[in-house]
Amino acid sequence: MTYLPGLLVALIAFWFALSGLTSPYFLVLAVVAVLLALWLSARLGVIGRDASPYHRLPLLLPYVAWLLGQIVKSNIAVIARVVGPRSAIDPAMVSIKTKAHTELGKALFANSITLTPGTVTVDVDGDALKVHALVRENATPASFDQMDRRAARAADGAKRKG
Amino acid sequence: MGDVLHVVGGGLVVAGALLTLLGGVGVLRFPDVYTRIHAASLTDTGGATLVLLGLALISGLTLETLKLGFVWAFVMLTTPAAANALANAAFSAGHTPRIGAFQIMKGVAASEARPDTQRRETSDDDESAAP
Repeated sequence: MTYLPGLLVALIAFWFALSGLTSPYFLVLAVVAVLLALWLSARLGVIGRDASPYHRLPLLLPYVAWLLGQIVKSNIAVIARVVGPRSAIDPAMVSIKTKAHTELGKALFANSITLTPGTVTVDVDGDALKVHALVRENATPASFDQMDRRAARAADGAKRKG
Repeated sequence: MGDVLHVVGGGLVVAGALLTLLGGVGVLRFPDVYTRIHAASLTDTGGATLVLLGLALISGLTLETLKLGFVWAFVMLTTPAAANALANAAFSAGHTPRIGAFQIMKGVAASEARPDTQRRETSDDDESAAP
């Protein structure tokens, strides 16, 4: 349970960042709120390595920066489909395989797909993802390959699936 | 200097609001629940990011900026979960997505463009569903 003190510190820092208050009355409220959050987290069983991937932060941050670029690009693509007076869409449902082998890697990849406008993850089953895309040509397995490799490297740090 | 930041920030907020409006237009124009999720994600990502970025520029570098950063991070973490749940619920309930090229403005109102219940998902064969 080494993650419990970490969560405690993070929650206290978060409370001060949000409130900035130091009067005794509010400090008592802070203790109550922090303990309540800790207890709820423990009840949910989310205190642990999977829920606190701080050790992956150096690799996750560059991935988030790259993902933001992708989000900007796909935003523009979807806006073009929305506003075009005669715009046509070509929805498709495709199945893709992910290289990620941890829950964190799969979750990161599936959420990245959903976060970029134009594609949404419908179902995850093992290493197979069912993805609905607004435009078929933007949803070939090759177009997801780069995101999959980057997400797997950021979340798992592994070279290849065994 | 502060004035420039105010103008740029205000412009970003207006741009984000316009993008959110476009997301709404897309929800009205697109034919089925899955394509509408795509339109709504414009609001979640582009719209929210631009508005929060604009507000951060207006507020300057204060505690408010940090709070706006938290808001942005939680929006980015939670909206894909919500979209996943929505799409998965629709698919599990047997709502078949409309597959194939679809001309948005071709005499078919979005409300009439029902998904084809006969067809299951197709990944590679090409078929035209445009009426």
